[in-house]
Amino acid sequence: MRDMFSEDRERLKELGPGAMDKTARNEAKRARLLKERLANNTALAVLWVAAGITVAALILIILYVVINGAPMISPKFIFTWPHGVSAKGGIWPTIISTLYVTGLAMLIATPVAVLAAVYLAEYAKQGRIVTVIRFAADSLASVPSIVMGLFGLAFFVEAFHLPMSMLSAALALSLLMLPIIMRATEEAIRAVPRYIRWGSYGLGATQWQTVSRVVLPWAMPRIITGLVLAMGRAIGETAVVFYTMGMAINMPLTPLESGRSMAVHLYLLAVDGINLKAAYGTALMLMLMIFLLNMFARYIQRRYRKVR
Amino acid sequence: MSAAYTPQPLTQQTLHPEDEGPFPDLAQTQPRHKTAALTLVSRATQIKERGLLLLFFACAIVAVLGVVLIFAFVAYQASGVFPNIGFLKFITGTKWSVAHSQFGVVPFIVGSVVVTIGALAIGAPLAIMTALFLSEVAGPRARAVIRPAVELLAGIPSVVYGFFGVTVVAPLVARLFGGAGFGPLTAWIVLSIMIVPTIAMLSEDALDSIPMGIREASFAMGATQWQTIYKVVLPAAKIGIIDAVILGMGRAIGETMAVLMIVGNAPQMFAGLTKPIATLTSQIVLGMSYAADDFRTALFGMAALLFLISMCLVLIVRLLSRTGKEG
Repeated sequence: MRDMFSEDRERLKELGPGAMDKTARNEAKRARLLKERLANNTALAVLWVAAGITVAALILIILYVVINGAPMISPKFIFTWPHGVSAKGGIWPTIISTLYVTGLAMLIATPVAVLAAVYLAEYAKQGRIVTVIRFAADSLASVPSIVMGLFGLAFFVEAFHLPMSMLSAALALSLLMLPIIMRATEEAIRAVPRYIRWGSYGLGATQWQTVSRVVLPWAMPRIITGLVLAMGRAIGETAVVFYTMGMAINMPLTPLESGRSMAVHLYLLAVDGINLKAAYGTALMLMLMIFLLNMFARYIQRRYRKVR
Repeated sequence: MSAAYTPQPLTQQTLHPEDEGPFPDLAQTQPRHKTAALTLVSRATQIKERGLLLLFFACAIVAVLGVVLIFAFVAYQASGVFPNIGFLKFITGTKWSVAHSQFGVVPFIVGSVVVTIGALAIGAPLAIMTALFLSEVAGPRARAVIRPAVELLAGIPSVVYGFFGVTVVAPLVARLFGGAGFGPLTAWIVLSIMIVPTIAMLSEDALDSIPMGIREASFAMGATQWQTIYKVVLPAAKIGIIDAVILGMGRAIGETMAVLMIVGNAPQMFAGLTKPIATLTSQIVLGMSYAADDFRTALFGMAALLFLISMCLVLIVRLLSRTGKEG
């Protein structure tokens, strides 16, 4: 930036001392400006195109799934059981299994993650322990899902002798959700204005009273947003569920029963290629669920932003 | 990740029963009345607060415990690699044949690297440009459309991407370049779409955290928008963007289901863009259902390798953002 006029100066040097008149200078300046404007417009156009490609990819994928899957969606498809080798019929048990395992994972992960975030944001002094915890959370968030799946298999199923079940899958999934919820909650708590805490302390509240009755309620909308996004992640997770929940089609009642999630169902249908129609339908249902969750998160955020 | 938020000092919020209370300034200027402060709350309340603190700490430790347990268990299951297969044979072997008990993972490492680098080469520029567009160029209306779209793209499960790859991209690649359509090229296309939202969202965070003032200063000196982006904004957000790309790389290396469905799954060395290969992740899934003994050990060894790679990437991001803060 500092050398913006270096080209002009050099041009003038080339032209010699006699050329320091206005016309030469103006000419150089105009040429430079033209060049700059051209570069600017080209670059901005490229950025527009890049953003366009990203959106086009999204629209392409969504349209593809919707167009192929929409004819499949009917009460019969949603509410009946699949039967036969080619999984004709519906996907009802897989929907229930998915919701079951996600809900269970949520119940396990949420209290731990929220309290951990409370510790990090409200109680902990910045120091080595906090650094270690943050690093661990970041690492946990980046563990490849297949590694998480193998861990779930080796730890919950084999070492703890839990059956391939909702519970094993939920425990493994909760490890996956933990860092997501933790980060969202910590950011939410940090966004709570400090004077609100002071007001609470000024009234003689203890720290727990302040956290539980003032800070957490204030941070709740953003925490819920984080929860919903973590749920979306868990619903679409395949590799983890594959090794901890199995793939038997089953309607789970107790947490110790196995089942097949929608994502696993879609994977099996797509790989076998026997019943692509049902695969499209399942993909659409899966995306619809995640889309609705995203919309819900967005709605909560917008609604509470208006209030404050 | 650390580019996404800036930790605030928390000293003023800490309150332990025997500590200085929420207002350390006050506590420091006046003589400390420790005992007086303690008598303000009952003994029971003190114990309760103490217990809760311990509970919160225990919850926070769960994350650490989780990571340690994951590594310990995967490594434990993989420890047979050393006596049974031989570490050198495992890590430098180029032949993978279960029938002949040959477990060399080089083809899969090469496969993972090829797939990841290709996906990054396509996805990262696209994502960074999308982030630049969102943060620097787009008006509020374009932003309101494109940003949710990018977030939605991040929410699509990887099986759906894989399914899309199998039914759309693979036949297309087969028609254009020959072969069956399953191979690195297909994986590049699908994976690059998958990592765009990760990189774009994190890069945008980094770009948004740059103060408006330096852009204004640049414009005030007569710079065009592109000059401002290229010479002022990008250098300032450099570390945040590198972080984003590294995390996108982690996503690509660890991606399992989508890659499994489109990469062709042949345990052989990378030989061409349309020849089927296998990656670390896809080979684990393929073998795991019937693996036993040394075979299983080798698969867990590959999982341990993946874990270490992803840890290294997180570590690099951490170190980068630390040097970024100091520099």
